[in-house]
Amino acid sequence: MSGSLLRRVRVAEVEQVANRIKRFRLVDIDNAPLSEFSGGSHISVVMHSGDRLMRNPYSLMGSPTDTSSYQISVLNCGNDSRGGSKFMHDAVSVGSELEISEPLNLFPPCKLARKHILVAGGIGITPFMSMMNELDALHCDFELHYGVRSLEEGAYCKYLQSRYGSRVNVYLQDQGQMIPLESVLGSQRLGTHMYVCGPKPMIDWALQTAELLGWPAENVHSEQFSAPPPGKPFVVKLAKSGREIEVRGHQSILEALEEHGVDAPFLCRGGACGQCETGVVSCDGFIEHNDHFLTEAERVSGKKIMICMSRIPSGSITLDL
Amino acid sequence: MALTFKDETFRDDFTFSNSPAAIRRFPFPFVEDKYMYSVNIEPHTTGPEGSVFEFPFDIDEHYVSEMRDRAMVLQEDPARCQALPHMMMAQWDMLELVMMSMARDYPDLFTLTRDGSKWHWVNRPLKIEQTFTFGDASTLPYEPMEYIGRQVQGDFSIQDQRDNQLWMDAGIITSQADWSLDFDVGMNFFEWHGPVPLAHEAGVFERALKFLLNLQISNPVRRLNWTMTINPRLDTSPENYHKWGKDRTTVTPENVGQKVHLRVEMQGLFRLPRSNAILFSIRGYLLSLDQLVTVPKWGRRLHRVLKTLPEELIGYKGLSRYRDTTIEWLSKYDDGAPTSRGGGPD
Amino acid sequence: MTISTLKSRPTYPGLSPDHNARSNIIVCDKAGAEAVTELFSRADDTFAKRSTVIVAEGTTDQDAETLKTALAPATVGFQPSLETGIARLREFLKDAPMGLRLYAAGSEPLIGSVVQAAADYSIDHLSIRTEHRGSLKRRVQCVHCKGFTENVTTNPVTCSHCGLTLMVRDHYSRRLAAFQGVCIDAEVPGEVPETEALYQ
Repeated sequence: MSGSLLRRVRVAEVEQVANRIKRFRLVDIDNAPLSEFSGGSHISVVMHSGDRLMRNPYSLMGSPTDTSSYQISVLNCGNDSRGGSKFMHDAVSVGSELEISEPLNLFPPCKLARKHILVAGGIGITPFMSMMNELDALHCDFELHYGVRSLEEGAYCKYLQSRYGSRVNVYLQDQGQMIPLESVLGSQRLGTHMYVCGPKPMIDWALQTAELLGWPAENVHSEQFSAPPPGKPFVVKLAKSGREIEVRGHQSILEALEEHGVDAPFLCRGGACGQCETGVVSCDGFIEHNDHFLTEAERVSGKKIMICMSRIPSGSITLDL
Repeated sequence: MALTFKDETFRDDFTFSNSPAAIRRFPFPFVEDKYMYSVNIEPHTTGPEGSVFEFPFDIDEHYVSEMRDRAMVLQEDPARCQALPHMMMAQWDMLELVMMSMARDYPDLFTLTRDGSKWHWVNRPLKIEQTFTFGDASTLPYEPMEYIGRQVQGDFSIQDQRDNQLWMDAGIITSQADWSLDFDVGMNFFEWHGPVPLAHEAGVFERALKFLLNLQISNPVRRLNWTMTINPRLDTSPENYHKWGKDRTTVTPENVGQKVHLRVEMQGLFRLPRSNAILFSIRGYLLSLDQLVTVPKWGRRLHRVLKTLPEELIGYKGLSRYRDTTIEWLSKYDDGAPTSRGGGPD
Repeated sequence: MTISTLKSRPTYPGLSPDHNARSNIIVCDKAGAEAVTELFSRADDTFAKRSTVIVAEGTTDQDAETLKTALAPATVGFQPSLETGIARLREFLKDAPMGLRLYAAGSEPLIGSVVQAAADYSIDHLSIRTEHRGSLKRRVQCVHCKGFTENVTTNPVTCSHCGLTLMVRDHYSRRLAAFQGVCIDAEVPGEVPETEALYQ
């Protein structure tokens, strides 16, 4: 089973919400109601650019109970981008048609928590938009700590402050403001959970700060939308079909397989869900594991690879496909 | 298909039986002539018309009587229905899914009218009419899971998803195959499957959990499971095992056909959208061996499957005391002829 | 031994210090107190200073004096029973901040009771560091009458409430902090295997 059934949607609205961030509102092509979802969910957006097929995950930002449209925010990563976000910014406008997956939640708030501390950096705000909507509706205790480069670079700062008042704390890097995480985490009641989403260094910093303050690992959660890191080209050999496929430097194994019409399993495409776990028959050298799913022992064994994120430096790898 | 609801019992005088049409649609679970453990998950999509797979929640001729038996069980032991406090949103998710499906699939029997959060539900077979506010449990006579659970065939549990695990934090279980919701509520996926033999070692539950954690909205799945029950008793709970356990010693060569029932569970798994929980439906079907052997393929195949069942499973499913008698009886219906693949009648 | 093939059977990996925790609450019985002494010997000096030990069961006045010295400079309190020990624990947890680390050492009913109480304060069971010491006695819930039988050392055992003879299964409920007891002679009344002292 690869991915999920796709739904065709039309772009109903595009808004520039910050310097490099656009908000897109998507409606069903036949105006059919969309699925409700839970706070923290994301969808995959499928983009056809020429003969290239791209799929990027984006968090849903609207109200989880609004079935008339979905809203996503896209940060334009410019020329560093592998193409998806740039395509959304340059080629997608009101009336454009796209395909999306059903919502999937790999970052749900813990329903047993007595309080939720949300820590966001930059575009990492997006999963918290729906999460706050849900927590607010359920009268759950939460606070947001949101760091942005500047007011111009940060999306939704004013909106969030007006909607959630003192529960929202915005920190402007250009004003020398930093999230005072140590004091925030140092004064929380038992049963509080922390969630962090943002660039990898920020996530690492937040997780380490929590650990040093004696927060149990069970109380901290993170989500990182990472694109598969680029590398050098290499060759994938498929043990069952005997085919050989080249993976380009800016491509993941999964993308290369799809480009050649190989039906491989996937879901989140961010190395988190485990759906694309694939057996390794043999491999030149070592695997660069970039996922968050395999255990340390599984990585060391070299017997498994998450093909949406991980690659090898060069040479060839033979997969059980 | 117009349904005529039977007036029958699942205790005391055990008047339950299947009509010829119900026998034909029985979900016989064995697809080959020997026992094979498999997770056998498939998409829970619309099946053939009239089959038990036609709709997400199958309503059949036993509906009214099964609901009456459930009410009796809950009257005696309210702990058969439990939901931990954080499961309220999931309860509403379940109520919505079940009501929408039943009203869509059986418009002659059920009607749901929605005006924003003002809902109006009509259940004609059970003569229930209810106006309530969706999301406000105080407008229903029971909490949402129990309210709709008393009106839909099958047992249900709801799993919360946390920390890459599923936690059975709610359920309404009145016709279970010997497991206790009251004891198991709050357990994770591996824990509540703890007593199941063999499968843990085979890595079955690790793979199944990974699959379920990624279960998608609008893409439910199903599988079949089975056991055997003496007498068409729905309440084979551990709570009452000291009352029904002795049934297992009453099987004789003369009464196998009436006493021994194949009991099949069609298990459905649905991602609930707002709560991100998973609804697990356990829809049970009973068929006496007398009625089962009216389909010659089933008589032959059940004989062959029971002969190849591993010892661990014979114990786990509680068949030890009557398996040999049952195999002996079934041998009369197995002429050694080949059988076709798949579970359906020839 | 507390090893079982059943996945619902808890495992107790042993106590290890969380050096980052701002405060440590440690609940133990007399046998578990030995594990706490060993824990302190593996940790730095400030660890014990940040620790409060609740010794919940089975200590004489003389034990108490010995333990106070052995566990110094931790704050040590003594409770006459598991029940009062858990009540004391709840007082500590009621207004406690994050940064607290919980430990339990001793018999399974003690560890189970700590885990059960902590759940009321949203403490995840996996974040509690546990070590089994001393008696293998179990708390058993009768699946039929729902009554709890304490300090069970044999299998089968007679339910102290309804009198049925129960087989003690390795199936364990964290919510109830108990093992499951199921009527052993339901199919043929009186057909009961020899009683074994499995949980001394």
